[in-house]
Amino acid sequence: MPFRIKRGPDTIFYGLTAVASLSVLLIILGIVIVLYKEAALSIGKFGVWRFIVSTEWNPVREIFGAATNIFGTVVTTALSMIIALPVAVGIAVFMTEIAPKPLRGTIGAAIELLAAIPSIIYGMWGLFTLAPIMSEYIEPALQNTIGKLPLVGILFQGTPLGIDILTASVILSIMIIPFTASISRDAFNLTPSVVKESAYGLGATKWEVVKNVVLPYSKVGVFGGAVLSMGRALGETMAVAFVLGNSHQITSSLFDAAATITVTLANEFTEADTDIYLSSLFNLALILFVLSFITLAIAKFFLFRAQRKLAR
Amino acid sequence: MTRRTWRKFESSLALSLCAFAAFIGLFWLVFILGDVLIQGIGALNLSLFTQDPVPPGMDGGGLRNAFVGQFLITVVATLIGVPLGVLGGTFIAEYARGKVIARVISDLSDIMVSVPSIVVGTFIYAIVVLPIGHFNGWAGAIALAVIMIPVVLRTTESMLTLVPWTLREAAFALGAPYYKVIVQVVYRGAAAGIFTGVLLSIARVAGETAPLLFTSFSNNFFSTDMNQPISSLTVTIFQYAMGPYDDWHRQAWAASLIITLVILLVTVIGRAIIKVRYQK
Amino acid sequence: MKRSIWRIIAVVAMALMAMPVFAADTINGAGATFPYPVYSAWAYNYNKTTGVRLNYQSIGSGGGQKQISARTVDFGASDAPLDPAKLKKMNLYQFPAVIGGVVPVVNIKGVSAGQLKLDSDTLCKIFLGEIKNWDDGAIAALNQGLDLPNKDITVVHRADGSGTTAIFTTYISGVCPAWKEKVGAGKAVDWPVGMGGKGNEGVANYVKRVPASIGYVEFAYAKQNNLAHVKLKNVAGNFVEPSFATFKDAAATADFDPSKHFYLWLTNAPGENAWPIAGATFILLAKEKTESNKKVVAFYDWSFKNGDKTAEDLVYIPLPDALKTKIRAYWKSNGIY
Repeated sequence: MPFRIKRGPDTIFYGLTAVASLSVLLIILGIVIVLYKEAALSIGKFGVWRFIVSTEWNPVREIFGAATNIFGTVVTTALSMIIALPVAVGIAVFMTEIAPKPLRGTIGAAIELLAAIPSIIYGMWGLFTLAPIMSEYIEPALQNTIGKLPLVGILFQGTPLGIDILTASVILSIMIIPFTASISRDAFNLTPSVVKESAYGLGATKWEVVKNVVLPYSKVGVFGGAVLSMGRALGETMAVAFVLGNSHQITSSLFDAAATITVTLANEFTEADTDIYLSSLFNLALILFVLSFITLAIAKFFLFRAQRKLAR
Repeated sequence: MTRRTWRKFESSLALSLCAFAAFIGLFWLVFILGDVLIQGIGALNLSLFTQDPVPPGMDGGGLRNAFVGQFLITVVATLIGVPLGVLGGTFIAEYARGKVIARVISDLSDIMVSVPSIVVGTFIYAIVVLPIGHFNGWAGAIALAVIMIPVVLRTTESMLTLVPWTLREAAFALGAPYYKVIVQVVYRGAAAGIFTGVLLSIARVAGETAPLLFTSFSNNFFSTDMNQPISSLTVTIFQYAMGPYDDWHRQAWAASLIITLVILLVTVIGRAIIKVRYQK
Repeated sequence: MKRSIWRIIAVVAMALMAMPVFAADTINGAGATFPYPVYSAWAYNYNKTTGVRLNYQSIGSGGGQKQISARTVDFGASDAPLDPAKLKKMNLYQFPAVIGGVVPVVNIKGVSAGQLKLDSDTLCKIFLGEIKNWDDGAIAALNQGLDLPNKDITVVHRADGSGTTAIFTTYISGVCPAWKEKVGAGKAVDWPVGMGGKGNEGVANYVKRVPASIGYVEFAYAKQNNLAHVKLKNVAGNFVEPSFATFKDAAATADFDPSKHFYLWLTNAPGENAWPIAGATFILLAKEKTESNKKVVAFYDWSFKNGDKTAEDLVYIPLPDALKTKIRAYWKSNGIY
């Protein structure tokens, strides 16, 4: 620091800001410690690995396993990513290459409004509007077309309830589209125009420039953004709570109800009446925390590499 | 078809698909907002704001307690979260700039942002609700503050680093101590940005439900006592939407409309400030 | 600008600190969704008469038990009574407040309330997932003349810890050995099939929305939401409909014992016209919180004196006078009346 810190007010202010920033460290540590401490009973009884793979969630017999919840979390997140990623990248391409310049800001702002809508609104809208549409029109249509194909068809068996994995994933995908689109757009914009122009100079079509120049250049950034959105989807509670159906099961049909870690926590936390039940819920919370931590780490790694690449 | 024609066709097709993707995105936006608007407006009336809930099966009643509770919790959360976030961001951007600790706090902040809000709820239940012995509004506010802090911290950090170093040097040259430089020069320069960060973080937590479920819980009556359970708009929407009563559903839509409008308004204002101030 | 910001903050902070003045006397309770309609009606009237606020949150009987044992509320409410050993361990008092009935409800096109007849065997097999379609022979055999569609049955159960579930599963376990063995009874069981709704409210909501579904709710929820209830065959062999009369019949033979803290299940009552899935719902108090217990008792005492009509309007059975006397004696002997 090329200056002097005077005694008195300066030290106070320094202390104040330092303590404030340390609060972040304290809170994170606090979360980890508290989660672990509360989950200890469950970890002790079921073991770390066995808890993760056990599919039994039986409050009566006091046997708990995370597998059904992890299944729901992973499947809804993965499916929402599969739906959202192409759309988000498409939107990003549209915003950077196709849209007329004056419109770009407005469209970008409009898409970002999607991200500002509170998740409980998504949940409500999902239950009252989307679920009936899914169960009456879209899901039967899917069942009658793709459902008839050999392997893929397994995903579309059973009664189209509307309150199931598919609807929950669709809602999640709508929620993460704006986030992924924004980051992808920023990544696309970082492609040096020189490289694009030389491609145009060689006679490439717009799409070829996107496909062969922009995308490869920014794929690391796009991927990082996608993983970040995945982290967001992992932790989503309210949007999914209304339409997932709350059924602790592992199933092969997208038309079945399921459970995610977040929704199980929301539904069962205030009523876990035995110590082992509550401890198992904290165990679930700990697993979720670790999962989102890992996704964040991966995302940061990719985004960091993307930054470094462009700095060259 | 010549290869050139094919390539042109492929390009048009692919780009049309991208345009279609943008259309899909906008479609969802219009569909969802439109639905909230239509369903909510029908149920909007003055009694929603002036009356408290009545038992299921009875007509009438409103959500006055939920509006007040939501306001109280959000205000308290802001009072806790914003100072911590701004001061923390100041530390990283100023005193610790370039040092390892800055990077560490920054990364920890990102971790905090990505913690699922329901996990924050369980954490606060364990350290605030249990020791106090009952659900209370303070716990809800603290949970929201925990979500706010990293958001405010990071935006403050970015905004402060945008202020040119030369500005600080000029102030030092005049003999000012560092804290005065920060408060009177740097803050002033970054005021709009920090303010926007605060606005956006408020918009973010005002719509949160999960962290309040087992901290501030809920209250059927009008109350301003933060030491007791207090109702909030988001938790009430959750309860009402999950219930079977049509009256509840109507009120939930109306409440959703209000909360969406407020949050969108705040977000738009925040983004507008950034655009006007920073993108000349 | 800086100074005015500080001024604003100071004003808000002072306003917040002055706020608690507006908090009137509040009792916090949580638990069963089963009696929520009647408790909230009682609380509303109690507030109008005395100004005391009884804030009752319906989070399920499991929640009620949990919150009172953690002492985070003033009273817990549970349809599943705790046996004396558990009460001793958790240091709680327990007494019943009102009686109601759990009712299977269906959403089948063309079937109105009270039309569909089921017996314990078919009900059990539906919830086990063994009967999968509404036009199954076993169901048709009980319902000659009723046109049942060829649609898959969607079972709706509770996602949360529920006394209503406890009553329902105790009933099925009592009449269906296969269920008793495979699933058992309890507040939250490992359901073989179906989706979970949160609270009686959630189940009612889902049954309302999902066609060809069946769920189970407390009767007030069925009535308030125009859900089609089902006729069940009781122990005496008669098909009965849920109603004030059949619930009363189920409660008639009940012998609540204060020395056992009124622990009693009313399922499979022997009466001719008894509804097989009746149940009382209980209030749990923390022994050491004498002051707040007195307030809770005052509320229920008032409701025992003034709330009978309200309860009956919602098709709950007010406790018989003899039982109310026993309960008052129980309160008195524990120093909270």
